[in-house]
Amino acid sequence: MNDPMNGHGPDERGQFVSGDVAWGGRYMPEALIAELDELTRVWTEAMVDPTFTGEFQRMLAEYANVPSPLYDATRISEQAGARILLKREDLNHTGAHKIRNVLGQALLAKRMGKTRMIAETGAGQHGVATATAAAYLSLDCVVYMGKVDTERQALNVARMNLLGAEVVAVDSGSQTLKDAINEAIRDWVATVEHTAYCFGTAAGPHPFPAMVRDFCRGIGDEARAQVLELTGALPDVVTACVGGGSNAIGMFTAFLDDEVRIVGFEAGGDGVDTDRHAATIYAGEAGVLHGARTYVLQDEDGQTIESHSISAGLDYPGVGPQHAYLAHTGRAEYQPVTDAEAMDALALLARTEGIICAIESAHALAGSLRLAAENPGSTILVNLSGRGDKDMGTAIEWFGLGRPQ
Amino acid sequence: MSVTSTATAFERTRAEGRAALVGYLPAGYPDVPGAIEALKVMVEAGCDIIEIGLPYSDPVMDGPTIQAAAQQALEGGIRTADVLRTVEAVAATGTPTLVMTYWNPIERFGVERFAQGLVDAGGAGLITPDLTPDSAAPWIEAADARDLDKVFLVAPSSTDERIAMTTAASRGFVYATAVMGVTGARASTSDLAGPLVARAKATTNLPIGVGLGVSNGTQAAEVAGYADAVIVGSAFVRTLLDAGTDRQAGLAALRKLTEDLADGVRRG
Ligand SMILES: Cc1ncc(COP(=O)(O)O)c(C=O)c1O
Repeated sequence: MNDPMNGHGPDERGQFVSGDVAWGGRYMPEALIAELDELTRVWTEAMVDPTFTGEFQRMLAEYANVPSPLYDATRISEQAGARILLKREDLNHTGAHKIRNVLGQALLAKRMGKTRMIAETGAGQHGVATATAAAYLSLDCVVYMGKVDTERQALNVARMNLLGAEVVAVDSGSQTLKDAINEAIRDWVATVEHTAYCFGTAAGPHPFPAMVRDFCRGIGDEARAQVLELTGALPDVVTACVGGGSNAIGMFTAFLDDEVRIVGFEAGGDGVDTDRHAATIYAGEAGVLHGARTYVLQDEDGQTIESHSISAGLDYPGVGPQHAYLAHTGRAEYQPVTDAEAMDALALLARTEGIICAIESAHALAGSLRLAAENPGSTILVNLSGRGDKDMGTAIEWFGLGRPQ
Repeated sequence: MSVTSTATAFERTRAEGRAALVGYLPAGYPDVPGAIEALKVMVEAGCDIIEIGLPYSDPVMDGPTIQAAAQQALEGGIRTADVLRTVEAVAATGTPTLVMTYWNPIERFGVERFAQGLVDAGGAGLITPDLTPDSAAPWIEAADARDLDKVFLVAPSSTDERIAMTTAASRGFVYATAVMGVTGARASTSDLAGPLVARAKATTNLPIGVGLGVSNGTQAAEVAGYADAVIVGSAFVRTLLDAGTDRQAGLAALRKLTEDLADGVRRG
C-alpha cells in the first residue's frame, strides 16, 4: 500500500509505537468514539480525493498566502555565526501557521455536513484562525477560552467577536487552555451530530495528531524544496517551537527520513529547575491527557500540573503524541528555552531583521541561536511560526516599552 | 476484607422484582470524613450500590456540579490513597462499592497496585468513563486476575458492533449513558435511554444501569421501568453543595433524596 508517511505512523489505532510504549491512541468517552471513527474515515478518504486536496491547496494559495517564503536572514546569521533560514509562517493570513490546520478542518467539517465548529484557544490565535475559517466557509463558531486568558488577551476576543464567533469564558479548573479543551470536549459530547471540533494542535485523540500534522506538513514540504533551491543542500538542523506541536510536526515531517538534526524547543518559563515552565517532554512523564498517551506535566497522583510560559501558545501541560514518540526513539531532540532567552531573541530579530515574531516563534529562534553557537558555520532552518502583533502587550511590559525618552 | 460484588446486589434486587439504586459521590468532598459520612447516609437510606468518584484535574465527562465538588476535594488535598480509604469505609457496610475514575490517576498509581488496593479495601471494581475496552488491556488483565467488576460505558451514539464489544468486556453491569452529554441533573428523562438499553440487552445478560440526568423519584421510577439499575450522581452532589457549610442540613437533604429515589426504583 502507498504509505505517504513512510512508516512514520500512526497505526490504524492512532498509536505511534516505540519499544513497549504506544504513544497516542484514543482515551475518550465512548459517546465520542463513533464520531472519531467517522472523522478518521472521512479524513482518510479526503486526503486521497483530488477534489478535496485541490480545494485545500486553492484556499491556502488564494486566501492564506501560502506557500510562505523562505528568508535568508543574513544579518542575524552574521551575529549568530551560522546561517539562519527563516520559514516565514508569520506572513500567512491571520499571522501564523495555524490557518493551514483550520482551513483543512473546516473543509472537512463541510464535507461531513456539519453546520457548527467549536474550538479551544489559549492566546486566541487558534480561536481567531477558527473564527476566520468559519466566517470564510459559513459555519457557526463557538470558541472556548480560559477566563484568565480572555482577560490577558482581550484584543483577540474582540477579533473573534468581529469575525462573528461567540467566545465562552471558561471558569473551571485553572481557567486556561487545558480547561478550555475540557469544556470544548463537553460541548462536543452533546452536539456532535452537527458540530465539528476544530482542534488547535497536533495532540488529542486519534485522528487529530495525524490529521493536524497532515494539514500542517506543507510547512516542511515547502521549506525543504525552498532550502534546496536556495543553498543546493539540505540544512544541518531543522528547528521549531513546541506547544502542542502542530507547527513543529508540520516542519519536521518532511525531514524525518533525511540526515538532518531535528530539534524542538519547549517553553522553559522561569527555568526547568523551577516549577514554572511548560517543558512537557523535558520534565514531564508518560501519561494520558486529553485522549492521548503522551508526556504530561503531572503530580504523583496523576493530576495535571499547571504549566507556565510567557507565551500563551506554548503554555500547555501536554504535547502531541508523535513528539513523545520522536523524543522516545531519539529521532528528534527537545530542549527548553526560558522566557528571558525567548524575549532576547525576539528583540534581536526585531532590531537586526525588522521582523517582530510571535513569542512562541522566538523560542525556536532563541534555541537556534544556542545551536548556532555550538555549531558555527552550520545551516539552521527555523520555523518562524507566527507574527508578534498579538504579543505587543507582553513586550511592552517585559521591555518597558512605549515610554517617551 | 471480603469483597461484596455488584452481582450480590443485583441478585437481591432481581429477587425483589425491582431496579437497583446506584449512588455516586466524589471522595474528599466536603472532606474525606465528610464524604464517608455522606456515603454512609446514602447506604442507610436505600442505595444498593455505591460509586465513589476519584477527583481528577481534567474531568471531561462531568458537568458543573460534579466538577465543583471534585475541584474542592482536590483543593482540600485529596490523594489517591484517600480514595481507597473511603472505599474501605463504605465497603465495610456490606454494600458493593465501585470507584468511578478517569484513567490517568490509575495509570500513575500503577494499574496492578490500584487493583490490589481496591481488593484490599473491599472494593468491587471500577467504572471508567474515558477508557473503552479497546484501550483497556492492562486494566482488563488486572481486574480479571482479581475478579473485579469492569463497568464500561455505552452511549446512544455507539454502533451495535461497539455495544457488543463493550458488553462482552464488562463485568458486574454495563453503564448506559442516557443522553449525549455530560453529567448533570436534567428536568426530564431522555428518550434515547430506552432504545439504548434494548440494544445493550440484545448482546448480554449483564444488568444494564442507566445514568446521566436522573434527579428524583419520578424519573427513577420511569427509568426503572426498562433498566436494571438507576444511577444518580449530580443530584446527590447538589444537595451537599446547596447546603454549603451546614453539613447536617446537607446530610438531611441527602437522606431525603435517597429515600425518594429508593421509593422510585420500587415503583418502576
Ligand atoms: C505563532 C504560534 N506558534 C506556535 C504555537 C504553538 O502551537 P503548536 O505547538 O501547536 O505549533 C502557537 C499557538 O498558539 C502560535 O500561535
